[in-house]
Amino acid sequence: MCLGIPGQITELVDLEFLVAKVDIGGVKRDVIITCVVDDEHPAESCIGDWVLVHAGFAMSRLDEEDAARTLALLAELGDMQAEMEIMRQVGASA
Amino acid sequence: MKYMDEFRDPATAKKLVAEIHKLASTALSQREPLQIMEFCGGHTHTLFKYGIESMLPDNIEMVHGPGCPVCVLPMARVDDCVAIAEQPGVIFTTFGDAMRVPGTRKSLLQAKADGCDVRMVYSPMDALALARKNPEREVVFFALGFETTMPSTALTLLQAHREGLKNFSLFCNHITTPATMRAILTDPDLRLDGFLAPGHVSMVIGTHPYDFVTRDYHKPLVITGFEPLDMLQALWMLVKQFAEGRCEVENQYARIVPEAGNVAGLKAIAEVYETREHSEFRGLGNIGDAGIQIREAYAAYDAEKKFGLPFDFAQGAVGYDPEHLKCADVLRGVIKPWECPAFAKTCNPQNPLGALMVSPEGSCAAYYAYGKLAKRKETA
Repeated sequence: MCLGIPGQITELVDLEFLVAKVDIGGVKRDVIITCVVDDEHPAESCIGDWVLVHAGFAMSRLDEEDAARTLALLAELGDMQAEMEIMRQVGASA
Repeated sequence: MKYMDEFRDPATAKKLVAEIHKLASTALSQREPLQIMEFCGGHTHTLFKYGIESMLPDNIEMVHGPGCPVCVLPMARVDDCVAIAEQPGVIFTTFGDAMRVPGTRKSLLQAKADGCDVRMVYSPMDALALARKNPEREVVFFALGFETTMPSTALTLLQAHREGLKNFSLFCNHITTPATMRAILTDPDLRLDGFLAPGHVSMVIGTHPYDFVTRDYHKPLVITGFEPLDMLQALWMLVKQFAEGRCEVENQYARIVPEAGNVAGLKAIAEVYETREHSEFRGLGNIGDAGIQIREAYAAYDAEKKFGLPFDFAQGAVGYDPEHLKCADVLRGVIKPWECPAFAKTCNPQNPLGALMVSPEGSCAAYYAYGKLAKRKETA
Protein backbone atom coordinates (compact mmCIF):
# COMPACT_ATOMS: atom_id res chain seq x y z
CA MET A 1 0.00 0.00 0.00
CA CYS A 2 3.02 2.26 0.14
CA LEU A 3 3.64 2.45 -3.59
CA GLY A 4 2.59 5.57 -5.44
CA ILE A 5 1.86 6.01 -9.12
CA PRO A 6 2.95 9.05 -11.16
CA GLY A 7 0.15 10.97 -12.81
CA GLN A 8 -0.43 14.30 -14.54
CA ILE A 9 -2.94 16.88 -13.30
CA THR A 10 -5.32 17.65 -16.18
CA GLU A 11 -8.02 19.84 -14.65
CA LEU A 12 -9.27 21.33 -11.41
CA VAL A 13 -12.54 19.83 -10.17
CA ASP A 14 -13.11 21.70 -6.92
CA LEU A 15 -10.97 24.66 -5.87
CA GLU A 16 -12.43 24.87 -2.36
CA PHE A 17 -11.74 21.23 -1.46
CA LEU A 18 -8.64 21.04 -3.67
CA VAL A 19 -9.82 18.21 -5.88
CA ALA A 20 -8.19 17.77 -9.29
CA LYS A 21 -8.54 15.31 -12.14
CA VAL A 22 -5.32 13.35 -12.56
CA ASP A 23 -4.42 11.17 -15.54
CA ILE A 24 -2.77 8.07 -14.10
CA GLY A 25 -1.55 5.95 -16.99
CA GLY A 26 -4.67 6.75 -19.02
CA VAL A 27 -7.11 6.40 -16.13
CA LYS A 28 -8.58 9.69 -14.92
CA ARG A 29 -9.40 9.99 -11.26
CA ASP A 30 -10.36 12.68 -8.78
CA VAL A 31 -7.40 13.27 -6.50
CA ILE A 32 -6.96 15.53 -3.47
CA ILE A 33 -4.07 17.92 -4.08
CA THR A 34 -3.81 19.54 -0.61
CA CYS A 35 -0.31 18.13 -0.05
CA VAL A 36 1.19 19.58 -3.23
CA VAL A 37 -0.36 23.05 -3.04
CA ASP A 38 1.40 25.95 -1.32
CA ASP A 39 2.10 29.65 -1.86
CA GLU A 40 4.67 28.81 -4.47
CA HIS A 41 2.34 26.38 -6.27
CA PRO A 42 -1.25 27.64 -5.98
CA ALA A 43 -3.94 25.20 -7.13
CA GLU A 44 -4.63 27.18 -10.30
CA SER A 45 -1.04 26.69 -11.47
CA CYS A 46 -1.01 22.91 -11.03
CA ILE A 47 -2.45 21.86 -14.39
CA GLY A 48 0.12 19.90 -16.35
CA ASP A 49 2.20 19.13 -13.24
CA TRP A 50 3.36 15.58 -12.57
CA VAL A 51 2.58 14.24 -9.11
CA LEU A 52 2.91 10.98 -7.22
CA VAL A 53 -0.57 9.72 -6.36
CA HIS A 54 -1.09 7.59 -3.34
CA ALA A 55 -4.49 6.31 -2.11
CA GLY A 56 -6.32 9.14 -3.83
CA PHE A 57 -3.97 11.89 -2.65
CA ALA A 58 -1.23 13.65 -4.61
CA MET A 59 1.64 13.29 -2.16
CA SER A 60 4.60 14.81 -3.95
CA ARG A 61 5.55 16.64 -7.08
CA LEU A 62 7.82 14.79 -9.42
CA ASP A 63 10.76 17.11 -9.64
CA GLU A 64 11.87 17.01 -13.27
CA GLU A 65 15.22 18.67 -12.56
CA ASP A 66 16.06 16.13 -9.87
CA ALA A 67 14.91 13.28 -12.09
CA ALA A 68 17.12 14.59 -14.89
CA ARG A 69 20.05 14.98 -12.48
CA THR A 70 19.70 11.37 -11.31
CA LEU A 71 19.54 10.11 -14.88
CA ALA A 72 22.55 12.22 -15.85
CA LEU A 73 24.52 10.83 -12.92
CA LEU A 74 23.58 7.30 -13.90
CA ALA A 75 24.66 7.95 -17.48
CA GLU A 76 27.92 9.45 -16.24
CA LEU A 77 28.51 6.39 -14.09
CA GLY A 78 28.05 4.28 -17.19
CA ASP A 79 30.51 6.41 -19.18
CA MET A 80 33.00 6.25 -16.34
CA GLN A 81 32.73 2.48 -16.32
CA ALA A 82 33.18 2.30 -20.12
CA GLU A 83 36.23 4.53 -19.91
CA MET A 84 37.76 2.42 -17.14
CA GLU A 85 37.15 -0.63 -19.28
CA ILE A 86 38.97 0.96 -22.23
CA MET A 87 41.82 2.01 -19.93
CA ARG A 88 42.09 -1.52 -18.60
CA GLN A 89 42.08 -3.04 -22.08
CA VAL A 90 44.60 -0.58 -23.41
CA GLY A 91 46.69 -1.04 -20.30
CA ALA A 92 46.65 -4.81 -20.72
CA SER A 93 47.68 -4.78 -24.37
CA ALA A 94 50.35 -2.11 -23.91
CA MET B 1 4.89 6.04 -18.12
CA LYS B 2 6.92 9.06 -17.17
CA TYR B 3 10.44 8.24 -15.93
CA MET B 4 9.72 4.54 -15.83
CA ASP B 5 11.64 3.44 -18.92
CA GLU B 6 14.61 5.62 -18.04
CA PHE B 7 14.87 4.11 -14.57
CA ARG B 8 14.69 0.57 -15.92
CA ASP B 9 17.41 0.79 -18.58
CA PRO B 10 19.20 -2.60 -18.55
CA ALA B 11 22.46 -1.25 -19.97
CA THR B 12 22.78 1.31 -17.17
CA ALA B 13 21.82 -1.37 -14.63
CA LYS B 14 24.65 -3.59 -15.89
CA LYS B 15 27.15 -0.78 -15.51
CA LEU B 16 25.94 0.04 -12.00
CA VAL B 17 26.20 -3.61 -11.00
CA ALA B 18 29.79 -3.62 -12.31
CA GLU B 19 30.55 -0.51 -10.22
CA ILE B 20 29.13 -2.16 -7.10
CA HIS B 21 31.20 -5.30 -7.73
CA LYS B 22 34.33 -3.25 -8.21
CA LEU B 23 33.81 -1.33 -4.98
CA ALA B 24 32.90 -4.49 -3.09
CA SER B 25 35.99 -6.37 -4.24
CA THR B 26 38.38 -3.58 -3.33
CA ALA B 27 36.84 -1.92 -0.29
CA LEU B 28 34.76 -4.51 1.58
CA SER B 29 35.76 -7.47 3.69
CA GLN B 30 35.67 -10.67 1.69
CA ARG B 31 34.80 -12.80 4.70
CA GLU B 32 32.11 -10.91 6.61
CA PRO B 33 29.35 -9.93 4.20
CA LEU B 34 27.90 -6.46 4.57
CA GLN B 35 24.33 -6.77 5.85
CA ILE B 36 22.06 -4.14 4.39
CA MET B 37 18.42 -3.93 5.41
CA GLU B 38 15.85 -2.72 2.94
CA PHE B 39 13.21 -1.59 5.41
CA CYS B 40 10.33 -1.36 2.96
CA GLY B 41 8.34 -4.25 1.50
CA GLY B 42 8.09 -2.37 -1.81
CA HIS B 43 11.88 -2.50 -2.05
CA THR B 44 11.91 -6.24 -1.30
CA HIS B 45 9.55 -6.61 -4.23
CA THR B 46 11.81 -4.63 -6.60
CA LEU B 47 14.87 -6.63 -5.47
CA PHE B 48 13.13 -9.89 -6.40
CA LYS B 49 11.20 -8.74 -9.45
CA TYR B 50 14.32 -7.55 -11.24
CA GLY B 51 16.64 -10.16 -9.78
CA ILE B 52 18.78 -7.46 -8.18
CA GLU B 53 19.69 -9.59 -5.16
CA SER B 54 21.26 -12.26 -7.37
CA MET B 55 23.34 -9.63 -9.20
CA LEU B 56 25.06 -8.49 -6.01
CA PRO B 57 28.51 -9.64 -4.96
CA ASP B 58 28.71 -12.39 -2.31
CA ASN B 59 29.94 -9.96 0.30
CA ILE B 60 26.75 -7.90 0.20
CA GLU B 61 23.73 -9.50 1.83
CA MET B 62 20.24 -8.04 1.84
CA VAL B 63 18.16 -8.37 5.01
CA HIS B 64 14.46 -7.89 4.38
CA GLY B 65 12.95 -5.52 6.90
CA PRO B 66 9.53 -5.26 8.54
CA GLY B 67 8.31 -2.42 6.35
CA CYS B 68 4.95 -3.84 5.42
CA PRO B 69 2.21 -2.24 7.50
CA VAL B 70 -0.09 -5.24 7.18
CA CYS B 71 2.66 -7.59 8.29
CA VAL B 72 3.41 -5.89 11.61
CA LEU B 73 -0.25 -5.80 12.58
CA PRO B 74 -0.89 -7.98 15.66
CA MET B 75 -3.62 -10.59 15.20
CA ALA B 76 -5.62 -9.04 18.02
CA ARG B 77 -5.96 -5.84 15.99
CA VAL B 78 -7.54 -7.84 13.17
CA ASP B 79 -9.87 -9.29 15.80
CA ASP B 80 -10.80 -5.73 16.77
CA CYS B 81 -11.54 -4.92 13.12
CA VAL B 82 -13.82 -7.95 12.89
CA ALA B 83 -15.49 -6.98 16.19
CA ILE B 84 -16.23 -3.50 14.79
CA ALA B 85 -17.43 -4.90 11.45
CA GLU B 86 -19.82 -7.18 13.34
CA GLN B 87 -21.60 -4.24 15.02
CA PRO B 88 -25.07 -3.63 13.58
CA GLY B 89 -25.22 -0.84 11.01
CA VAL B 90 -21.47 -0.66 10.41
CA ILE B 91 -19.83 -0.38 7.00
CA PHE B 92 -16.19 -1.34 7.60
CA THR B 93 -13.82 -0.05 4.93
CA THR B 94 -10.20 -0.90 4.31
CA PHE B 95 -7.33 -1.02 1.81
CA GLY B 96 -7.31 -4.34 -0.03
CA ASP B 97 -4.10 -5.56 1.63
CA ALA B 98 -5.79 -5.82 5.01
CA MET B 99 -8.73 -7.97 3.91
CA ARG B 100 -6.98 -11.34 4.07
CA VAL B 101 -4.82 -10.92 7.17
CA PRO B 102 -5.76 -13.68 9.60
CA GLY B 103 -7.06 -12.76 13.04
CA THR B 104 -7.41 -15.28 15.84
CA ARG B 105 -11.06 -15.78 14.88
CA LYS B 106 -11.23 -14.82 11.22
CA SER B 107 -10.01 -12.40 8.58
CA LEU B 108 -12.03 -9.43 7.35
CA LEU B 109 -12.69 -11.37 4.14
CA GLN B 110 -14.19 -14.20 6.16
CA ALA B 111 -16.22 -11.68 8.17
CA LYS B 112 -17.55 -10.35 4.87
CA ALA B 113 -18.45 -13.87 3.75
CA ASP B 114 -20.26 -14.30 7.06
CA GLY B 115 -22.48 -11.32 6.29
CA CYS B 116 -20.60 -8.28 7.64
CA ASP B 117 -20.56 -5.21 5.41
CA VAL B 118 -16.80 -5.03 4.75
CA ARG B 119 -15.78 -3.03 1.70
CA MET B 120 -12.44 -2.54 0.02
CA VAL B 121 -11.70 1.08 -0.91
CA TYR B 122 -8.91 2.71 -2.89
CA SER B 123 -8.76 5.85 -0.77
CA PRO B 124 -9.94 6.95 2.68
CA MET B 125 -11.89 9.61 0.76
CA ASP B 126 -13.96 6.77 -0.74
CA ALA B 127 -14.90 5.79 2.82
CA LEU B 128 -15.87 9.40 3.53
CA ALA B 129 -18.06 9.42 0.40
CA LEU B 130 -19.78 6.27 1.71
CA ALA B 131 -20.46 8.06 5.02
CA ARG B 132 -22.05 10.98 3.18
CA LYS B 133 -24.22 8.63 1.12
CA ASN B 134 -25.30 6.48 4.07
CA PRO B 135 -26.12 8.84 6.95
CA GLU B 136 -28.01 6.08 8.80
CA ARG B 137 -24.95 3.78 8.84
CA GLU B 138 -21.64 4.04 10.75
CA VAL B 139 -18.71 4.07 8.33
CA VAL B 140 -15.35 3.05 9.77
CA PHE B 141 -12.06 3.30 7.89
CA PHE B 142 -9.24 1.01 8.96
CA ALA B 143 -6.37 3.53 8.97
CA LEU B 144 -3.08 1.67 8.81
CA GLY B 145 0.33 2.07 7.33
CA PHE B 146 3.55 3.91 7.94
CA GLU B 147 3.87 7.67 7.33
CA THR B 148 3.01 7.28 3.64
CA THR B 149 -0.68 6.81 4.41
CA MET B 150 -0.88 9.06 7.47
CA PRO B 151 -1.49 12.39 5.70
CA SER B 152 -4.33 10.95 3.64
CA THR B 153 -6.17 9.54 6.65
CA ALA B 154 -5.52 12.69 8.72
CA LEU B 155 -6.79 14.95 5.93
CA THR B 156 -9.84 12.73 5.47
CA LEU B 157 -10.63 13.00 9.20
CA LEU B 158 -10.21 16.78 9.04
CA GLN B 159 -12.57 16.88 6.07
CA ALA B 160 -15.19 14.84 7.99
CA HIS B 161 -14.78 17.29 10.88
CA ARG B 162 -15.26 20.28 8.57
CA GLU B 163 -18.44 18.76 7.21
CA GLY B 164 -19.65 17.85 10.70
CA LEU B 165 -20.19 14.20 9.71
CA LYS B 166 -21.25 12.18 12.74
CA ASN B 167 -21.16 8.71 11.19
CA PHE B 168 -17.51 8.50 10.15
CA SER B 169 -14.57 7.27 12.19
CA LEU B 170 -11.02 5.93 11.84
CA PHE B 171 -9.70 2.78 13.46
CA CYS B 172 -6.16 4.10 13.81
CA ASN B 173 -3.31 1.60 13.48
CA HIS B 174 -0.65 3.79 11.93
CA ILE B 175 2.95 3.29 12.91
CA THR B 176 6.03 5.45 12.55
CA THR B 177 9.16 4.40 10.69
CA PRO B 178 11.99 5.99 12.73
CA ALA B 179 10.77 4.43 16.00
CA THR B 180 10.47 1.03 14.31
CA MET B 181 14.01 1.42 12.97
CA ARG B 182 15.25 2.22 16.45
CA ALA B 183 13.66 -0.99 17.76
CA ILE B 184 15.43 -2.98 15.03
CA LEU B 185 18.74 -1.29 15.79
CA THR B 186 18.51 -2.24 19.46
CA ASP B 187 17.64 -5.89 18.67
CA PRO B 188 20.59 -7.99 19.93
CA ASP B 189 19.88 -10.77 17.39
CA LEU B 190 20.54 -8.54 14.42
CA ARG B 191 23.84 -7.51 12.92
CA LEU B 192 23.06 -4.74 10.47
CA ASP B 193 25.55 -2.52 8.70
CA GLY B 194 23.32 -0.07 6.87
CA PHE B 195 19.84 0.78 5.60
CA LEU B 196 18.02 1.45 2.38
CA ALA B 197 15.27 3.75 3.69
CA PRO B 198 11.73 3.82 2.27
CA GLY B 199 11.15 6.38 -0.49
CA HIS B 200 7.51 7.15 0.03
CA VAL B 201 7.64 7.34 3.83
CA SER B 202 10.52 9.77 3.35
CA MET B 203 8.57 11.92 0.89
CA VAL B 204 6.30 12.66 3.88
CA ILE B 205 8.80 12.89 6.76
CA GLY B 206 11.85 14.19 4.87
CA THR B 207 15.44 13.17 5.48
CA HIS B 208 16.16 14.45 9.02
CA PRO B 209 14.13 11.93 11.06
CA TYR B 210 16.83 9.39 10.09
CA ASP B 211 19.70 11.45 11.47
CA PHE B 212 19.73 9.38 14.69
CA VAL B 213 20.59 6.24 12.67
CA THR B 214 23.92 7.67 11.58
CA ARG B 215 24.54 9.77 14.71
CA ASP B 216 23.59 7.28 17.47
CA TYR B 217 24.08 3.92 15.74
CA HIS B 218 26.73 4.77 13.14
CA LYS B 219 24.88 2.99 10.33
CA PRO B 220 24.89 4.68 6.92
CA LEU B 221 21.48 5.13 5.31
CA VAL B 222 20.35 5.92 1.77
CA ILE B 223 16.75 6.89 0.97
CA THR B 224 15.75 5.29 -2.30
CA GLY B 225 13.00 4.91 -4.88
CA PHE B 226 11.41 1.77 -6.24
CA GLU B 227 12.72 1.45 -9.79
CA PRO B 228 15.57 -1.00 -10.34
CA LEU B 229 18.07 1.74 -11.14
CA ASP B 230 16.99 3.65 -8.02
CA MET B 231 17.86 0.68 -5.84
CA LEU B 232 21.09 -0.11 -7.65
CA GLN B 233 22.21 3.48 -7.40
CA ALA B 234 21.31 3.56 -3.70
CA LEU B 235 23.28 0.36 -3.08
CA TRP B 236 26.23 1.85 -4.94
CA MET B 237 25.96 5.01 -2.79
CA LEU B 238 25.82 2.94 0.39
CA VAL B 239 28.81 0.75 -0.54
CA LYS B 240 30.70 3.91 -1.49
CA GLN B 241 30.06 5.29 2.01
CA PHE B 242 31.66 2.15 3.49
CA ALA B 243 34.53 2.35 1.05
CA GLU B 244 35.20 5.98 1.94
CA GLY B 245 34.62 5.49 5.67
CA ARG B 246 31.65 7.86 5.72
CA CYS B 247 28.39 7.47 7.65
CA GLU B 248 25.66 9.77 6.37
CA VAL B 249 21.99 10.05 5.50
CA GLU B 250 21.90 10.34 1.71
CA ASN B 251 18.92 10.88 -0.57
CA GLN B 252 18.92 8.99 -3.86
CA TYR B 253 15.21 9.76 -4.43
CA ALA B 254 15.43 13.55 -4.57
CA ARG B 255 12.96 13.73 -7.46
CA ILE B 256 10.24 12.77 -4.95
CA VAL B 257 11.72 13.30 -1.47
CA PRO B 258 12.33 16.89 -0.31
CA GLU B 259 14.69 17.32 2.62
CA ALA B 260 11.93 18.86 4.74
CA GLY B 261 9.29 16.29 3.76
CA ASN B 262 5.74 17.28 2.89
CA VAL B 263 4.83 20.36 4.90
CA ALA B 264 1.04 20.13 4.44
CA GLY B 265 1.06 16.41 5.16
CA LEU B 266 3.15 16.79 8.32
CA LYS B 267 0.88 19.58 9.52
CA ALA B 268 -2.20 17.37 9.13
CA ILE B 269 -0.45 14.49 10.93
CA ALA B 270 0.53 16.74 13.85
CA GLU B 271 -2.98 18.16 14.07
CA VAL B 272 -4.76 14.79 14.19
CA TYR B 273 -2.37 12.25 15.71
CA GLU B 274 -0.25 11.81 18.81
CA THR B 275 2.12 9.10 20.03
CA ARG B 276 0.49 6.11 21.67
CA GLU B 277 1.93 5.14 25.01
CA HIS B 278 2.03 1.41 24.28
CA SER B 279 2.09 -0.21 20.91
CA GLU B 280 2.57 -3.81 20.11
CA PHE B 281 3.95 -4.93 16.77
CA ARG B 282 3.81 -8.37 15.41
CA GLY B 283 7.29 -9.83 15.62
CA LEU B 284 8.86 -6.81 17.25
CA GLY B 285 7.04 -6.86 20.58
CA ASN B 286 6.33 -3.67 22.46
CA ILE B 287 7.70 -0.64 20.68
CA GLY B 288 6.96 2.12 23.11
CA ASP B 289 6.53 5.11 20.88
CA ALA B 290 6.02 3.78 17.35
CA GLY B 291 2.25 3.61 17.39
CA ILE B 292 0.03 6.65 17.15
CA GLN B 293 -3.54 7.46 18.11
CA ILE B 294 -6.10 10.12 17.39
CA ARG B 295 -5.90 13.20 19.61
CA GLU B 296 -8.61 13.86 22.20
CA ALA B 297 -9.82 16.87 20.18
CA TYR B 298 -10.96 14.47 17.45
CA ALA B 299 -12.22 11.69 19.76
CA ALA B 300 -15.59 11.80 17.97
CA TYR B 301 -13.84 10.28 14.93
CA ASP B 302 -11.94 7.64 16.86
CA ALA B 303 -13.47 4.19 16.28
CA GLU B 304 -11.70 2.83 19.38
CA LYS B 305 -13.64 5.26 21.56
CA LYS B 306 -16.84 5.07 19.54
CA PHE B 307 -17.03 1.30 19.80
CA GLY B 308 -15.38 0.91 23.23
CA LEU B 309 -13.00 -1.75 22.10
CA PRO B 310 -12.19 -4.47 24.62
CA PHE B 311 -8.54 -4.68 23.60
CA ASP B 312 -6.14 -3.47 26.25
CA PHE B 313 -3.03 -2.15 24.54
CA ALA B 314 -0.93 -2.29 27.68
CA GLN B 315 -1.40 -6.06 27.82
CA GLY B 316 0.17 -6.67 24.44
CA ALA B 317 -0.93 -8.99 21.69
CA VAL B 318 2.17 -10.76 20.48
CA GLY B 319 1.23 -13.97 22.31
CA TYR B 320 -1.58 -14.52 19.87
CA ASP B 321 0.73 -15.61 17.05
CA PRO B 322 0.67 -19.39 16.50
CA GLU B 323 3.91 -20.82 17.81
CA HIS B 324 4.84 -22.93 14.80
CA LEU B 325 4.90 -19.85 12.57
CA LYS B 326 8.20 -18.02 12.52
CA CYS B 327 6.73 -14.70 11.29
CA ALA B 328 8.44 -12.82 14.10
CA ASP B 329 11.93 -14.02 13.19
CA VAL B 330 11.34 -13.36 9.48
CA LEU B 331 10.03 -9.87 10.26
CA ARG B 332 13.13 -9.03 12.25
CA GLY B 333 15.36 -10.35 9.48
CA VAL B 334 16.80 -13.03 11.77
CA ILE B 335 15.79 -15.89 9.46
CA LYS B 336 14.81 -16.12 5.79
CA PRO B 337 11.24 -17.19 4.92
CA TRP B 338 12.35 -20.63 3.72
CA GLU B 339 13.71 -21.33 7.21
CA CYS B 340 10.16 -21.28 8.63
CA PRO B 341 8.71 -24.83 8.75
CA ALA B 342 5.32 -23.67 7.47
CA PHE B 343 6.66 -21.65 4.49
CA ALA B 344 5.32 -22.84 1.11
CA LYS B 345 3.85 -25.88 2.83
CA THR B 346 0.88 -25.14 5.08
CA CYS B 347 1.38 -21.38 4.61
CA ASN B 348 1.06 -20.13 1.02
CA PRO B 349 -0.62 -17.20 -0.77
CA GLN B 350 -3.82 -19.21 -1.34
CA ASN B 351 -4.04 -20.05 2.33
CA PRO B 352 -1.89 -17.59 4.27
CA LEU B 353 -1.38 -18.47 7.91
CA GLY B 354 0.86 -15.53 8.72
CA ALA B 355 0.56 -11.90 7.66
CA LEU B 356 3.84 -11.95 5.74
CA MET B 357 2.25 -14.27 3.22
CA VAL B 358 -0.82 -12.07 2.73
CA SER B 359 0.28 -8.74 1.38
CA PRO B 360 2.33 -8.76 -1.82
CA GLU B 361 4.70 -6.47 0.11
CA GLY B 362 5.29 -9.17 2.73
CA SER B 363 8.66 -10.88 2.43
CA CYS B 364 7.19 -14.41 2.51
CA ALA B 365 4.77 -13.56 -0.31
CA ALA B 366 7.63 -12.02 -2.30
CA TYR B 367 9.86 -15.08 -1.77
CA TYR B 368 6.98 -17.34 -2.80
CA ALA B 369 6.01 -15.29 -5.85
CA TYR B 370 9.55 -15.32 -7.20
CA GLY B 371 10.07 -19.02 -6.57
CA LYS B 372 12.62 -18.59 -3.80
CA LEU B 373 11.36 -21.59 -1.86
CA ALA B 374 14.66 -22.87 -0.54
CA LYS B 375 18.22 -21.68 -0.08
CA ARG B 376 19.60 -23.59 -3.05
CA LYS B 377 17.12 -21.81 -5.29
CA GLU B 378 17.83 -18.44 -3.76
CA THR B 379 21.47 -18.68 -4.63
CA ALA B 380 20.90 -20.29 -8.03
